[in-house]
Amino acid sequence: MKIKQISVFLENRAGRLAKVTQVLKEGNVNIRALSIADTSDFGILRMIVDHTDKAYEILKANDFTVSSTDVIAVAIEDKPGGLGKILAVLNNVGINLEYVYAFLGKSGQKAVMICRVERPDDAIKALQKANIQVLDMLTLDHI
Amino acid sequence: MSIEARRILQLERLQKTVRHAFDHMPLYHKKMQATGIEPGDIKELDDLRKLPFTTKQDLRDSYPYGMIAVPLEKIVRFHASSGTTGQSTVSAYTQNDIDSWTECSARSITSAGGTAKDILQISYGYGLFTGGLGLHYGGEKVGMSVIPTSSGNTRRQIQMMVDLGTTMLACTPSYAMYLAESIEEMGVKQDRLRLKSGLFGAEPWTEAMKAELEKRLNIQAFDIYGLSEVMGPGVAISCQHNDGMHVFDDYFLPEVIDPDTQVVLPKKTQGELVFTCIAKEGIPLIRYRTRDVAALNDDICPCGRTHVRMNKITGRTDDMLIIRGVNIFPSQVEAILLELNLATPNYHIIVDRDGALDTLEVQVEILEDMFSDHIKGLEHISRTIAKELNNILGVGCKVTLVEPKSLPRSEGKAKRVTDKRNLK
Repeated sequence: MKIKQISVFLENRAGRLAKVTQVLKEGNVNIRALSIADTSDFGILRMIVDHTDKAYEILKANDFTVSSTDVIAVAIEDKPGGLGKILAVLNNVGINLEYVYAFLGKSGQKAVMICRVERPDDAIKALQKANIQVLDMLTLDHI
Repeated sequence: MSIEARRILQLERLQKTVRHAFDHMPLYHKKMQATGIEPGDIKELDDLRKLPFTTKQDLRDSYPYGMIAVPLEKIVRFHASSGTTGQSTVSAYTQNDIDSWTECSARSITSAGGTAKDILQISYGYGLFTGGLGLHYGGEKVGMSVIPTSSGNTRRQIQMMVDLGTTMLACTPSYAMYLAESIEEMGVKQDRLRLKSGLFGAEPWTEAMKAELEKRLNIQAFDIYGLSEVMGPGVAISCQHNDGMHVFDDYFLPEVIDPDTQVVLPKKTQGELVFTCIAKEGIPLIRYRTRDVAALNDDICPCGRTHVRMNKITGRTDDMLIIRGVNIFPSQVEAILLELNLATPNYHIIVDRDGALDTLEVQVEILEDMFSDHIKGLEHISRTIAKELNNILGVGCKVTLVEPKSLPRSEGKAKRVTDKRNLK
């Protein structure tokens, strides 16, 4: 149930993010969600794309420094309290959230939280037990 | 040759050279007269210290023909320096000079284990730069099969290396590193290469970089030293014991001086290397200040060669950066990066001035396999490198992580420093 996130090293130089988006566009890869963690000197672009392997290859071929990480994607109702419910579940089983970012599903009804946690397998079990919808790559594509 | 026999030969050659220079080179005639020295005053080897120094500026001022000590018809070859740090300087060789050079170059190749059975690929530039042709003649004298690939066109170089079965590679250490990276990138497996040894020189490099090249190319690396003003590659060479370079002191007399006071320093003390060419006709330089920093050692090497040895060039007096009053050599940065192994050994130093304070920034390339989705891993790397640089150099600096392969690689001598202070 884990999904793959692509991370790209972004040196603090004009046009690097634009270049990432350009090569992905040329490869016909669609970015579903992204977040940038930045310091004063460099940043890490984290993203969920529709074709992970292809995106990885294209970025590598264009000399980007890339890595792929397991994260979990959770669907929640787009209304107050949605995120809090997930955090409560993770907190109950003692799993730390390392970072999180979100995007709105295509239907506009549901939001998707991308979560990076310490023990993804345990987290998935706990979330499912609490009747929270954990998405795989396929369902993520259509939500 | 015994040490005593060599001393006699050295003195004879020195006396002859000083006489030749005094008679045929206006610059030396004038310099010696100014200090009241005559060729007859050179009675023993230590009298070398009485002679005047020669600087790069002397060579520039006498460009192009001013230092040539023989009629032009005796000159069979010219080489010239790149002139990147000022006006170009010219070297001129008689046939005897070319023969001596070939001898020294052949000795160097032999010291690195080269024989007639070897295939030598010369990836030093051919042309005005002495690297290519100098080793080429030496290789042929040894009887090797020489591949004159010259520098550049890296894929073709690697293709030749594989197809012709190169066993010895000669180039700058930074280009050797670039070749190693390219070999890995092209997916050429070690078993398709027959490389045994490498002759690397023409720029300062560290023991750590040597070890890295030996590992990545699966070779034994040798340090070759030379400079076009004195001759070209083959002034000194390391041997299988890898404990300094043997200076061919039957051709070149080395000294080490304090660059500020010009006083000759005792053995095993670092300072500026000075050479006197004692068997050269075209431009026999006397006490030429190389601006290379090294120390001499006259202990006998286990390999049996009795030549005086010089250690690896640790920097150049003109490479030396003075940052907030502290002397720093770029090679120190390289050594630290190789030791920590948290980034590639490619780096770029940027010196600037913020108000009255010098600032030092070191850009380093991250290693691909150390990259993850976490910021803290990368921050740990830059902090560790900055801390170590601060400890060893004694100056605080900022470490900036950049993408792999984003720093400029030159195919000749690598440019490692940008000093913006001069522009203001």
